Amino acid sequence: MIYREAGQFKTSYKSDQALLPIAQDRFFVMALVAFAYIVIPMVANDYWLNSIFLQFFIFSLAALGLNILTGYAGQLSLGTGGFMACGAFSAFKLATSFPDMHIVFVLFLAGLITAAVGMFFGIPSLRIKGFYLAVATLAAQFFLLWLFNRVPWFTNYSSSGVISPPPIKLFGDYYITGTQATNLTQYFFTLTLVIVLALAARNIIRGHIGRSWMAMRDMDIAAEIIGISPLKAKLSAFAVSSFYCGIAGALWAFLYTGTVEPLAFEINQSFKILFMIIIGGLGSILGSFVGAAFIVVLPIFLNSAPAMLGLKLSGSLVTHIEFMVFGALIVFFLIVEPHGLARLWGIAKEKLRLWPFPY
Amino acid sequence: MFQAFFVDPFVMIYDAPLFFVEVLVSGLMAGVMYALVALGFVLIYKASGVFNFAQGAMVLFAALTFVGLWELGVNPWLALILAALVMIGVAFTIERVVLRPLVNQDPIIFFMATIGITYFLDGFGQTIWGSEVRPLDIGIPNEPFMDLAEMTGLYINKFDVFSAVVCSLLVALLAGFFTKTKIGRALRAVADDHQAALSVGIPLKTIWTIVWSVAGIVGLAAGILWGSKLGVQFTLALIAFKALPVLILGGFTSIPGAIIGGLIIGSGEKIAEVYWGEAMGGAIEDWFAYVVALIFLLFRPQGLFGEKIIERV
Repeated sequence: MIYREAGQFKTSYKSDQALLPIAQDRFFVMALVAFAYIVIPMVANDYWLNSIFLQFFIFSLAALGLNILTGYAGQLSLGTGGFMACGAFSAFKLATSFPDMHIVFVLFLAGLITAAVGMFFGIPSLRIKGFYLAVATLAAQFFLLWLFNRVPWFTNYSSSGVISPPPIKLFGDYYITGTQATNLTQYFFTLTLVIVLALAARNIIRGHIGRSWMAMRDMDIAAEIIGISPLKAKLSAFAVSSFYCGIAGALWAFLYTGTVEPLAFEINQSFKILFMIIIGGLGSILGSFVGAAFIVVLPIFLNSAPAMLGLKLSGSLVTHIEFMVFGALIVFFLIVEPHGLARLWGIAKEKLRLWPFPY
Repeated sequence: MFQAFFVDPFVMIYDAPLFFVEVLVSGLMAGVMYALVALGFVLIYKASGVFNFAQGAMVLFAALTFVGLWELGVNPWLALILAALVMIGVAFTIERVVLRPLVNQDPIIFFMATIGITYFLDGFGQTIWGSEVRPLDIGIPNEPFMDLAEMTGLYINKFDVFSAVVCSLLVALLAGFFTKTKIGRALRAVADDHQAALSVGIPLKTIWTIVWSVAGIVGLAAGILWGSKLGVQFTLALIAFKALPVLILGGFTSIPGAIIGGLIIGSGEKIAEVYWGEAMGGAIEDWFAYVVALIFLLFRPQGLFGEKIIERV
């Protein structure tokens, strides 16, 4: 009754090609953006802004990147953590070598550097597929982390191997990194960045490149026969995906934690992001966000659940039980909805269209 | 730079050939242990097409159960049998709870599910048995053969030889099991073609349970050997990452591939670490194996012994 496109006629090519062709969707997305810009900053406290929203935004960027590679282009990758580290360290090197460079530019360049690195590690994908490729991308993960751990040039010869990004001004007196930065500035900055990058991703995916990725994913030989170059399609997927992961990694180091060591981007981080896109939905932008929200909130919830129930458990026991519940929930979600939470939303939309008159 | 990479290592090898043999042998022995972990992966991949990431967690869980039971005062042989039974129970549960509802899903969904199992088993094992490092001493001294050392100057570790023998026995046993028994034939039939196997009356569910149990028991053997080397602790689960390059090098579907792959990776890694590690900044063991495997894959995308990938549109 409410969610129905009947009567919404498309009278021009432009409206036919719109990002959100249904008026209700448009309204919903705009309301959501307005909510994120106006209501959340008013009601949320510092803990929510920093620990939950900032983390959620950064993870959804990384998940978006991996989803482009795995969900749209069909190349399974376990190297996300390594690429995030690459973004973080190249942004650090750029920010310290060129202190006057604007932060947006730093992030963009760090993304580009990571894209180049991602393309390099994507070369094996031209030869090997599936799980062989997944294991091969682990090479990127381990090699990059080793590199940042062992080569002191990347950490500016810091003795501990930990990098702390310098304080950078966004504009005027507003600091975006360092101790003077307020959570609110960081929140608005990341939110805007995420919206811009998500829009860009959506447009890349429905364009020529995106369609060639999907053709490659669905059947690579057939795609090659209809004239899609696997070299271009696969390497561009690796490049765009790494670009997103690199920016996510840079944001993680600069805004979220403030100081970072290579260990923060270890293999578990890669798995976490893979979980996000699987639970959210492979090949869905909405899915990247839903999955990221789920995986960010779940550990916080699990952490506070025993206290809420009034149980007193030792710290290590809680960690182990958390592991157990996390693993069990992953399996549970896979069994209940192997196509991810985004698919649930799709089903709900179908139902809503007919509601309340099913015929 | 050039000197450190292309001259010094070879000079070192030339100057002390005995030391080189020692490094090579210890690398080969370590390779056998990698192969043992990789074997668990291969068994499950062959029979069900599932890339079982939980193999490392199964190794840890089996070793924890064995040591835990032993510490409770159970006779070690009985503990061994009990731990094997527990692993069969784990296999049964996994088949029942995880695999059966997911039949017909994409391989990546199975892969994710096994990562879920990994988290669960890691947490479960440590919740029950605690997370402190437990030393495990199975009575094989960790010392070189003195006679051999006196005669030739070669130091070869007794424990390494013992584990190599155990691994070879296990492989021989598995090979016999696969080729000579009825269940083994059924397993190979399932590996070849699920539907054809079903249509001639092979119960897929039973086969899966058996294969996961066998992988669990191989995991137990790997856990005990690695555990007595490193102590039974969480890092045992991480040796799965050592087995992965072995796996892609040898091919996911080949048991001999796992062995040969293990030997190549084990010896290559040791030699690289000893002779080239210094020049490259140390601790290259983390990624060296992956790079070796990658280079092999560029020439043979299905691994050394994997089935040739034939694609049709």
